[in-house]
Amino acid sequence: MNPILVAQGVQKSFGAVSAASDLNLSFERDSVASLIGANGAGKTTFLNMVTGYLRPDAGRISFDGQELVGLDPRRITRLGVSRSFQIPQLFHSASVRENLLVAEGIAVADRVEEATDAVLERFGLERYAAQAAGLLPEGVRKLLDVAMALVAKPKMLLLDEPTSGVAAAEKFGIMDLVMGAVRGQGVTVLFVEHDMEIVSRYAGRVVAFYDGRVIADGAPGKVLDDAEVRRYVIGEESHAAA
Amino acid sequence: MSRDRTVPALAIACAALLAAAPLAPQWLVFLLALALAKGLVVLGLVLLMRTGLVSFGQGLYFGLGAYAAALLAHRAGLADAALMILAGTAGAAALAAILGLLLARYREIFFAMLSLAFSMILYGALVKSSTLGSTDGFNLHAKSFAGVALVSGTERRLFYAVSVVLVFGVAWLVHRYLASHWGRLSAAIRDNELRVEYLGASVYRVVYLNYVAAGALAGMGGAFAALAVGHVDPETAYWTTSGEFVFIAILGGTGNVLAPFLSAAVFEGLRTVANQYAPNVWQMSLGIAMLAIIMFLPGGLWTLLQRKKAA
Repeated sequence: MNPILVAQGVQKSFGAVSAASDLNLSFERDSVASLIGANGAGKTTFLNMVTGYLRPDAGRISFDGQELVGLDPRRITRLGVSRSFQIPQLFHSASVRENLLVAEGIAVADRVEEATDAVLERFGLERYAAQAAGLLPEGVRKLLDVAMALVAKPKMLLLDEPTSGVAAAEKFGIMDLVMGAVRGQGVTVLFVEHDMEIVSRYAGRVVAFYDGRVIADGAPGKVLDDAEVRRYVIGEESHAAA
Repeated sequence: MSRDRTVPALAIACAALLAAAPLAPQWLVFLLALALAKGLVVLGLVLLMRTGLVSFGQGLYFGLGAYAAALLAHRAGLADAALMILAGTAGAAALAAILGLLLARYREIFFAMLSLAFSMILYGALVKSSTLGSTDGFNLHAKSFAGVALVSGTERRLFYAVSVVLVFGVAWLVHRYLASHWGRLSAAIRDNELRVEYLGASVYRVVYLNYVAAGALAGMGGAFAALAVGHVDPETAYWTTSGEFVFIAILGGTGNVLAPFLSAAVFEGLRTVANQYAPNVWQMSLGIAMLAIIMFLPGGLWTLLQRKKAA
């Protein structure tokens, strides 16, 4: 057991609402895990605390042996944690190529142009290269967001709802491209997702959140069959009752 | 992908302005020299605007640069124009390096108002300082340029010619900077600061660097203007002077390093003509011109040239 990310006793509240209640989680190197839960369960809050956007009220988060609490997003990114966002965070007035040039320029000092061309090809973004990022279809925006996060060659990639707002026909294509890009690179992937087809197809482990706490944690089949998960996350019981 | 023709355009503009040095009437040489000086300040403002910041206080560095250059000649007896320009630039850069530590943390209206406040502090200090001539200011005169004596009669034309070469050299450097990774990062910050931090770059560092560069350019412009006019007074640091730079920046747009110089020349030309034919309403003429620009050319005069190229 040699986890890359460890959270111990992490707590976070927003007024009377608890977004993280004594979270104790660890993630193995080179693994793919998914965080599931209803809206407001605390999934994105957890990602925001790992990446330094939010500071936990209590507890510790360490990455590769380094304490993350108190570090800003820039320093955490430099340590090897990259992320994409539920709403893609792009440079909207710049072209797709310019977006990647900025990312490459930050990550590496030389051969920026060649590296950018390689990323465009790997993610199938060549035909959008000259288009302004603000005018792209949602699926391409998501893909560009992830591509920019991967440019820094992170040790851990956090994806916040990588297929939300994407057409059903495109979602597997996007995930195949992302997983193909990290395969064999030793990158640990943690993704937040509401689509259970995506979760069961790509995650090796699923962590289910409810009201800021973990209600199930394990293999996808086991977690998705859990009665509490079916009730609070997947919502089958409440749907049936309705 | 369209080719960037900025470098040839800079060379052509530089050559054309140099050719005007011996031929143009004295009033035009003066007008162009002043436009070049103000264009430098606006070039710095463009650097900030590319990062998404608008400073209403560049008069601080413009005034400081002008006074630093003038004091070097007036008090230290070093009446060499090159040294005076160096003093104006270095003095402004040094102050910007200190104030930038604070200002680089602010955005939008807070940045604009803080920068305005600092410029008004300098204005107040200059007005109250009788040793610096108070509201009247004082005159200055350069005797040489980099050791070469300026001969009376042709000195203004010679100074103008050297200014053209220096200013366009600086514009070329700024163009290189904007085309570099740091320049791209500036535009990226204007679009999305959060993403820049999550890619691992320091937004604060880029904003600070641009602020210091803008201060240095404004100081250099102030020194050039002081040498062209031969006089300095507290108006150089007054808020209307800072507002004038913002006006020129919006007039020209931020699309190219040549835009500030084009718009500064148009501005000075408009002001001269309006002053002559409508002395009581010249500000209104400028206001109408600004309204027309905002309504019909929101990207500034430079977009006219871009449209022409695209057509």
